[in-house]
Amino acid sequence: MERTISFRLNGKPASVKTDDGRMLLWVLRSDLGLTGTKFGCGESVCGACTVVVGNQAVRSCSTPLKDVAGKEVLTIEGLGQTRLHAVQQAFLDHDAFQCGFCTPGMIMNAYALLKKTPRPTRAQIVQAMDGNLCRCGAHVRILAAIEEAAGAGKAGA
Amino acid sequence: MAKRDLKRRDFIGLAGAGLTVFFNTRALAQGPAPGGQPPGGRGGSGRGAGGFGGMGAPTDFNAFLRIGADGRVTGFAGKVELGQGLITQLAAVIADELDVAYDSVDMVTGDTDLCPFDMGTFGSMGSSQLAPSVRRAAAEARAVLLQMASERLNSPVARLRVKAGVVTDSADAAKTIAYARLVEGRKIERTMPNTPVKDPKDFQVIGKTPPRKDANVKIAGKAKYAGDFILPGMLHAKLLRPPAKGAALKSVDTSAAEKVPGVRVVKDGDIVAVLHERPDVAAEALAKVKAEFDKPAAGPDNASLADYMIKAAGAPNKSGPGDIAAGERLSASVFDQTWLESYVAHAPIETHTATAQVEDGKVTVWASTQAPFSVRTTISGGLQLPAEKVRVISTYVGGGFGGKADSGAGYALEAARLATLTGTPVQVMCSREEEFFFDTYKPAAVMKIRSGVTSAGKIAFWDAYIIGPGGEQSFFYDVPNLKLASAGGWMGGRGGGGPQVHPMAVGAWRGPAVHSNAFARESQIDVMAAKAGIDPVEFRLNNMTNPRMRRVLEAAARQFGWKSGKAPSGRGFGVACGIYSNGYAANMAEVAVDKTTGEVRVKRVVTAVDVGLQLNPEGLRQQCEGCVTMGLGFCLSEAIQFRGGEILTRNLSDYELPRFSWVPKIDVVLVESSEKNIIGAGELSITPMGGLIANAIYDASGARMTQLPMTPARIKAALARA
Repeated sequence: MERTISFRLNGKPASVKTDDGRMLLWVLRSDLGLTGTKFGCGESVCGACTVVVGNQAVRSCSTPLKDVAGKEVLTIEGLGQTRLHAVQQAFLDHDAFQCGFCTPGMIMNAYALLKKTPRPTRAQIVQAMDGNLCRCGAHVRILAAIEEAAGAGKAGA
Repeated sequence: MAKRDLKRRDFIGLAGAGLTVFFNTRALAQGPAPGGQPPGGRGGSGRGAGGFGGMGAPTDFNAFLRIGADGRVTGFAGKVELGQGLITQLAAVIADELDVAYDSVDMVTGDTDLCPFDMGTFGSMGSSQLAPSVRRAAAEARAVLLQMASERLNSPVARLRVKAGVVTDSADAAKTIAYARLVEGRKIERTMPNTPVKDPKDFQVIGKTPPRKDANVKIAGKAKYAGDFILPGMLHAKLLRPPAKGAALKSVDTSAAEKVPGVRVVKDGDIVAVLHERPDVAAEALAKVKAEFDKPAAGPDNASLADYMIKAAGAPNKSGPGDIAAGERLSASVFDQTWLESYVAHAPIETHTATAQVEDGKVTVWASTQAPFSVRTTISGGLQLPAEKVRVISTYVGGGFGGKADSGAGYALEAARLATLTGTPVQVMCSREEEFFFDTYKPAAVMKIRSGVTSAGKIAFWDAYIIGPGGEQSFFYDVPNLKLASAGGWMGGRGGGGPQVHPMAVGAWRGPAVHSNAFARESQIDVMAAKAGIDPVEFRLNNMTNPRMRRVLEAAARQFGWKSGKAPSGRGFGVACGIYSNGYAANMAEVAVDKTTGEVRVKRVVTAVDVGLQLNPEGLRQQCEGCVTMGLGFCLSEAIQFRGGEILTRNLSDYELPRFSWVPKIDVVLVESSEKNIIGAGELSITPMGGLIANAIYDASGARMTQLPMTPARIKAALARA
């Protein structure tokens, strides 16, 4: 149904007049020009399109726009606008990416994990990240980065 | 030569003020790839011709660098940053040889208008060929600058020292001038060929770990991939695709799609496209197109593939120098085994994507490609435009692995055609289903090996017939009677490799042919060692004198803590070796096999590599880790499912990629090398993975796996036989 959907996007008010059943991924990328969120599969199986709604990591490729009405949406563009977020800094410090295409989804998923579970165990990190695919094979570094961002780099493990 | 000089001058005119140094990597432009394999049959007859940027510049150089009046140094190279760290590596080389700050070096890559011709980014040639020539050019540029400084300061060159781009007279500190001042407002054309490069001990950046040049944009979501160019008025195109390879369109009805507000339908030759300013709306409208296709001729499926390939291959094409019959007479045991592999997808997370724009008769295409110049050739051919009217830009690519080497580049040509036909920018972003359908798979393989071992544990003969991937390029065991035959290859029907044995399009997959050969070879070696009752590491060392391979194998064993034992020991230890493009790898693994479910858990992997001169150790480690992790997929789960021309694998839910819960502890050992050249590690550590995991599974469980992927069902079946 075509209507205006209003929500907060990266800390600012946003509203889009469109079919409210369209998926958030395409509204972000095409209608709003925020291309940091990536398409990888369209079926919630790769995690490249992960954004945070409220405090929850969601797959924007399978999240209808109407589901975010009135909510707070955070994309990679909204993270670390003034200073890098700890997760971003840790990805930087650990070279926790290669081609970088899955990276925004990885960072947003890790961000949501740490919001919910500030001191995750290694097993919790693996479990939370398991639905995010990386083809280059940066996994070991991504795990190390998230552990460090959680302050568990040395104490934990 | 006058012609070449003129064209270089043209280019310098374009490049603007500053010192411009060209450098030559003839092998990259025209020559064969390492290992004697042809460079790739990447379509495009214009390779090596036509120059770059429409300037018609010569093809005798592959990159150049410019020192601007602002003191910043820019390197230009036609290769592409795929995540392998190319721009970091090249910037480090430039900084060190030129004596400028690493932070002051920028790289421009993958742009056919700004960069000189390059064949494509594959085969570790960015490391093995481009980096050394960039190094020589930077050294030459430094020599030219010192000459200029000497003239300006009236000091002999021998007295001059450079730090962070500032030249100072060591005898008179007041005499100092920055590179930027030397080149200010001028176009300088000088050469000092044959300038020596630095001794590696004097490097400041190379051999250390400079921050990746692509890091800041990637962690901020600002790196722009081909689909991230959102142009004013741009339409997203979704194209009608056949249900199976070879199925021809019989009839099409687009009337329902045309009723969707804002939709444009374009039918032009073989294209039926639905376009809309929103990609998801275009996709929905495409679903309303009714089309009938002819049924293509029947073809093999997964189950009948091996028989199909054996029949297509025919008898072995050559006999080797060895006397197989003599080898058999020396053998205490003879082994006859067939090793099988499946078609495997590249499955980069970024699907093939192109954004095309036509302005004043010039087509610009942002494409997710490893080979922008090859794509340019495809587009200029397809649109009947001269090459200078086509610009292809490939700045960041979301994974390639050989799958974006783009022999066909259909998606990019489609975007360019549609942009031309509609008069508005057009983006084509492949769906995951299209990505699987159009991929040039890692070749399936049927690899027959007969071999024999003497009572003293020496390999007496080796008779291999490799069907599918391409034959052994660098067999490193000492075998007196050796015969290596092959049929077909990773280039498929595109030249070379003998008969066409593949019913599918195939291509290089994080290195061509080598990992398949390594699966067969290293498994066969393990079978022999087990039968002979000899520890598999010891057996290998008994049968190889190659010093570089021995060194990496011994280094891996030390790091792993390998203890001698006869397989199957129950420990789940595996070992396998491989060579890629003059790089050497020995991998070791520890796995656990759940005998009830057939599931494998890879607990740890050590990969010891000899990659020659180590430019960026941390970058090398990343590549090796990536190889190990990606390699788990073709070992354990990945296989394209097909029935004739129908590709049944449609999304990542049907095709399991390695994920976080699979990842073992990975130790990378960078072994000091006797080789002074730069080799690269993008494809090396993945080479032994098939044999490695198969051998570890055998050691854990006694199940000898003869087919990849080693799925739980296959492992259970093998356990039942064991």
